[in-house]
Amino acid sequence: MLNISGIQEGFVLDHIKAGMSMSIYKDLKLDRLDCQIAIIKNARSNKMGKKDMIKVECPIDALDLDILGFIDHNITVNIIQNDKIVEKKKLHLPNQVVNVIQCKNPRCITSIEQELDQIFILTDKEKEIYRCKYCDERLKKKRHLE
Amino acid sequence: MRHLMSPLDLTVEELDDLLTLANDIEHNPSKYAHACEGKKLATCFYEPSTRTRLSFEAAMLNLGGSVLGFSSADSSSAAKGESVSDTIRVISCYADICAIRHPKEGAALVASSKSLIPVINAGDGGHQHPTQTLTDLLTIRSLKGRLNRLKIGLCGDLKFGRTVHSLIHALSRYTDVEFILISPEELRIPGYIREDLLRKKSIPFQELERLEDAMPMLDILYMTRVQKERFFNEEDYVRMKDYYILTKDKLSHAKEDMLILHPLPRVNEISVEVDSDPRAVYFKQAQYGVYVRMALILTLLKWR
Repeated sequence: MLNISGIQEGFVLDHIKAGMSMSIYKDLKLDRLDCQIAIIKNARSNKMGKKDMIKVECPIDALDLDILGFIDHNITVNIIQNDKIVEKKKLHLPNQVVNVIQCKNPRCITSIEQELDQIFILTDKEKEIYRCKYCDERLKKKRHLE
Repeated sequence: MRHLMSPLDLTVEELDDLLTLANDIEHNPSKYAHACEGKKLATCFYEPSTRTRLSFEAAMLNLGGSVLGFSSADSSSAAKGESVSDTIRVISCYADICAIRHPKEGAALVASSKSLIPVINAGDGGHQHPTQTLTDLLTIRSLKGRLNRLKIGLCGDLKFGRTVHSLIHALSRYTDVEFILISPEELRIPGYIREDLLRKKSIPFQELERLEDAMPMLDILYMTRVQKERFFNEEDYVRMKDYYILTKDKLSHAKEDMLILHPLPRVNEISVEVDSDPRAVYFKQAQYGVYVRMALILTLLKWR
């Protein structure tokens, strides 16, 4: 059994789909932080069989919950203070995501216009469908972030 | 200040007011002959267009205004690499209202976000062409007297035809409208319109392959052209282009008061012999296109 100690103050991203932690680490730009971070891959889970976890020893403000909600709103965010979980943040699908993903439609104005924000808007909450604000191209979730 | 990017930017009430204004312009043109005196319309066309650009220009001239602009990207500063955002900022200093056509989808939206004057989307690639939809709605309402209680046949390229998609969206806001979608298997309506709009809003529709099967039940027949530029190979285009040809013979099964619409240009999907049939209203439709653009220019300038 692999042991990784708890953190005194920070947050734990739990119930990450096994294999997704490295890309989430990049997407959340955690590599830019100067604090201790532990990435746990393929941890045993009663609920999921296998799961990934990320433990970060820094205040929650460093985390963009919108991006995380967009990636997977089933991830649990535990906020830790004095070695204890003091809050569990519920994630939700953000109404829009800005400059997180690029529109893949070659006919979209974002492919040529300089300095244009890449904006995707949640158009169907039930089916989790995002569309490009400019061309309405539907985002294919599996290729969402690069 | 308001812009027009999609026909759905207007509420049903605003749309009704706009169409009523267009009808008033139709019947009392002299009343509006000086309505835009001293005002300028900029037509910024980054790709060639005959009817849309001339229709906008005719609309502004009919209102007593004047027109400036360009008719291809080569003759604009886009050829030097200027962005749409920068161009519209400059155009805002020269004109009171702008109609923009651009091959890239969403270009008009970008322009509207930076513009100091109302922007009308005159077509952004295969995405939206709202003034064509307004034209279609005005034609139907003027000649049928209503936009509800209609059985509308849409025939031809339903997969790539943006005018068809926009018209379905616009008419889906009215009650008791049924769509008969007539196309070959390869050019059927996209899934997002079938599932996300028609099925979701429980709007009745049928998908048929034979025009003859649909003809007797239709109040409106909206024909479309199979566009060559949408096909990757010539063979598929050649196979599809003559799939539907409306002839006098086929029309003999249609209702006496059915209307035939077409966004134009037609190639050969409507036989020339049909032009003399009183049900063929596609050239009247082009005239309605001027009235509705006049009404739109007036309305957007009023809202400014």
